[in-house]
Amino acid sequence: MKQGALTHAFILGVFCLGFGLALALTDLATKDAIAARAMEDRQSSLGQVIPTAIHDNNPVLDRLTMQDANGREITVYRALKGGKVTGVAYEVFGTGYAGQMKFMLGVDDQGRALGVRVLSHKETPGLGDKIEVKKGDWILQFTGLSLGNPPVDKWKVKKDGGRFDQFTGATITPRGAVAAIRGGLEFFAKHQAQLLGVN
Amino acid sequence: MATSYNRIVRDGLWDNNGVLAMLLGMCPTMAMTTSATNGLGMGLATAVVMAASNLMVAAFRNYITREVRIPVYILIVAANVTFVDLVMNAWMHELYKVLGLFIPLIVSNCLPLARLESFASKEPIIPSLMDGIFMGLGFTLSLTMIGAVREIIGSGTLFADASLLLGPAFKFLETQVLAEDMGVLMMILPPGGFLATGLLIVAKRMLDVRAGKGIQMAGAHSV
Repeated sequence: MKQGALTHAFILGVFCLGFGLALALTDLATKDAIAARAMEDRQSSLGQVIPTAIHDNNPVLDRLTMQDANGREITVYRALKGGKVTGVAYEVFGTGYAGQMKFMLGVDDQGRALGVRVLSHKETPGLGDKIEVKKGDWILQFTGLSLGNPPVDKWKVKKDGGRFDQFTGATITPRGAVAAIRGGLEFFAKHQAQLLGVN
Repeated sequence: MATSYNRIVRDGLWDNNGVLAMLLGMCPTMAMTTSATNGLGMGLATAVVMAASNLMVAAFRNYITREVRIPVYILIVAANVTFVDLVMNAWMHELYKVLGLFIPLIVSNCLPLARLESFASKEPIIPSLMDGIFMGLGFTLSLTMIGAVREIIGSGTLFADASLLLGPAFKFLETQVLAEDMGVLMMILPPGGFLATGLLIVAKRMLDVRAGKGIQMAGAHSV
């Protein structure tokens, strides 16, 4: 017996409703835990780019909201010691092989990088993901560098005439990462007064 | 019709293997086999989704009409992928950091859909669950083998970073096979995926012919 289109539509509708409901419930059940994990991740990546020795406050709570060169709102976490800003950390963005890469960059009050860590990326596993500290120490070489060291025109991968190594089989990822970090340091240079001012 | 679990296991793992016999799921197969560990991770995540989807479709098989079955199957696979993604992100966060990249890609794999259509829509719950598990494990096996071939030739290592995926206890799996920088880069690039997959398919067929089974034709076995 041939069933009418209405019956099929009803069946499909019931399945959509049922699974939609189940997904909504799963989202409700996991939302808080996922937000907590994201916060923990942020705290631990902040801890890696701001040494505990240079602050006596909690940088996760001491934050500013500013606009970067692309008009994007970014959150700046500040490390204070004795009422003076000793370092700042903020997210910087780069374009990799497979879309956006997000980094956390820590900068001291002299404009030197305290450290860089990847927060999220979609690069090819096994090739581009060597920017993660877990999979290689490439990202560690930026610690202590600033815009004058190396000179600005050397803030590129070696293939482009700069001083940073690219990966075997992946040039676009490190190129994007170097550009993002350089952009982050330029942001610091431009907004130094605001970043280091205590209000 | 008696269900042969032996048959389901053999089909899933070898005779009717999703990658090496049916040539399904080529997109994740090519993209995710740059190392044995990546192949293993992708395979296991897929196996979980396949088992859950097969189970659900088998449970509802009498209510899903022929005309709307494809959208319902896609809905079920996509919902299961999202469940796994959310639950792992919330409660298995360390594992999620490693596997998280792979999970959304399962939606683009046609192997789960093929098993829903050719098996779970006709068979009872338990055999369908078994089919999902063993087809998933067969997929895992193929991806791990392809990944191992590409990794050994391409980077000179085997199971690099396995401890990130499976925990520190599996550190012993991480082996340096060739000297550093001895790898042939092409094998980790896309052409290497086609080469390794093709050669493994040839190897499987040679083994089958030698065992006197003849070349197994792709297609769904009825049980």
